[in-house]
Amino acid sequence: MFDTVPRILLGLLTGFLFGFLLQRGRVSDRRVIVGQFLLRDFTVMKVMLTAIVVGGAGVYAMHAAGLTKLFVKPAQMAAVPVGGLIFGVGMVLLGYCPGTAVAAAGEGKRDAWLGLAGMVLAAAVFAELAAGFSKSIMAWANLGPVTLTDVTGVSAWVWLGGLGLAALLLFRWLERREEHS
Amino acid sequence: MNVLTSKHWSPYAVGAGIGVLSWFAFWSADHPLGVSSVMVRLVAVVENAVAADHVAATPYLAKLKPFFDWEFALVIGLVLGAWASARLGRSGGGEPVAQGRAWEAVIGGFLLLFGARLAGGCTSGHGISGSLQLAVSGWVFFICIFISGMATAFLVKRGEQ
Repeated sequence: MFDTVPRILLGLLTGFLFGFLLQRGRVSDRRVIVGQFLLRDFTVMKVMLTAIVVGGAGVYAMHAAGLTKLFVKPAQMAAVPVGGLIFGVGMVLLGYCPGTAVAAAGEGKRDAWLGLAGMVLAAAVFAELAAGFSKSIMAWANLGPVTLTDVTGVSAWVWLGGLGLAALLLFRWLERREEHS
Repeated sequence: MNVLTSKHWSPYAVGAGIGVLSWFAFWSADHPLGVSSVMVRLVAVVENAVAADHVAATPYLAKLKPFFDWEFALVIGLVLGAWASARLGRSGGGEPVAQGRAWEAVIGGFLLLFGARLAGGCTSGHGISGSLQLAVSGWVFFICIFISGMATAFLVKRGEQ
């Protein structure tokens, strides 16, 4: 039933910092999230792209030094896009994603608690259907745990450098545009 | 101004913080940041209390043992961290929820988690942790949520904000 005590404490600490960051970054505010999808507020994009580039550089450096493994999820090219498309509709209707809904619930936002109720219900329903899905849609077009490096042959550092450069150009453009508005 | 009590932080600082927190999670726990599978763990805990046989016969639930793991603790910590941040920054708080909004939130939450479980992750597990490892699954997910999210927002949320 329970993991080891050090792992539970590490999880609590990591989650505490994650929740603090999400709340301070305003992404537990549903106007900010819906605003991103309406292309009126780019906070979500700024947070996510910065996290991806900074996180990726560190994780790949640690991986090269033998300090961590990679945990790449399988590229199920039917289930991932279909799941993602359903997820996007839910994210706009609720106004949060799972992590930011948990953060908003911690802040005391009642709509986030209702969203969590819907999520737990979906988890219970999905658990009943999972065996069928794993033999059908989740097995279709499954490329396995592949990375952009695996499919293109271009090194991870080139990908991360390119992403970093693209993010910087996007951020500079966004900040200039926001200054003028 | 005290950084702990300022209401908001720069999105770049928050993003960099989440990136560094990812390093910590990979290094300390051998686990990427992720949230959506914890909802399944919660279901497993509840069903295990009332129908343990059913859980044992459902591999999708049974394989999650121990149910209360690092990721479960992460989500509890997330609630506490967001609460502490809102208190220190004097923001957040419960606004009353209109009836229409209540149904929208429940249905939105349902679609959100169903989609996440079908895809195998959420904004954290696929969108950030997957994308930062350059996983094809993470980037496909990231692009798909923006396609359907923008379509939904422009169809039903345009007039609201």
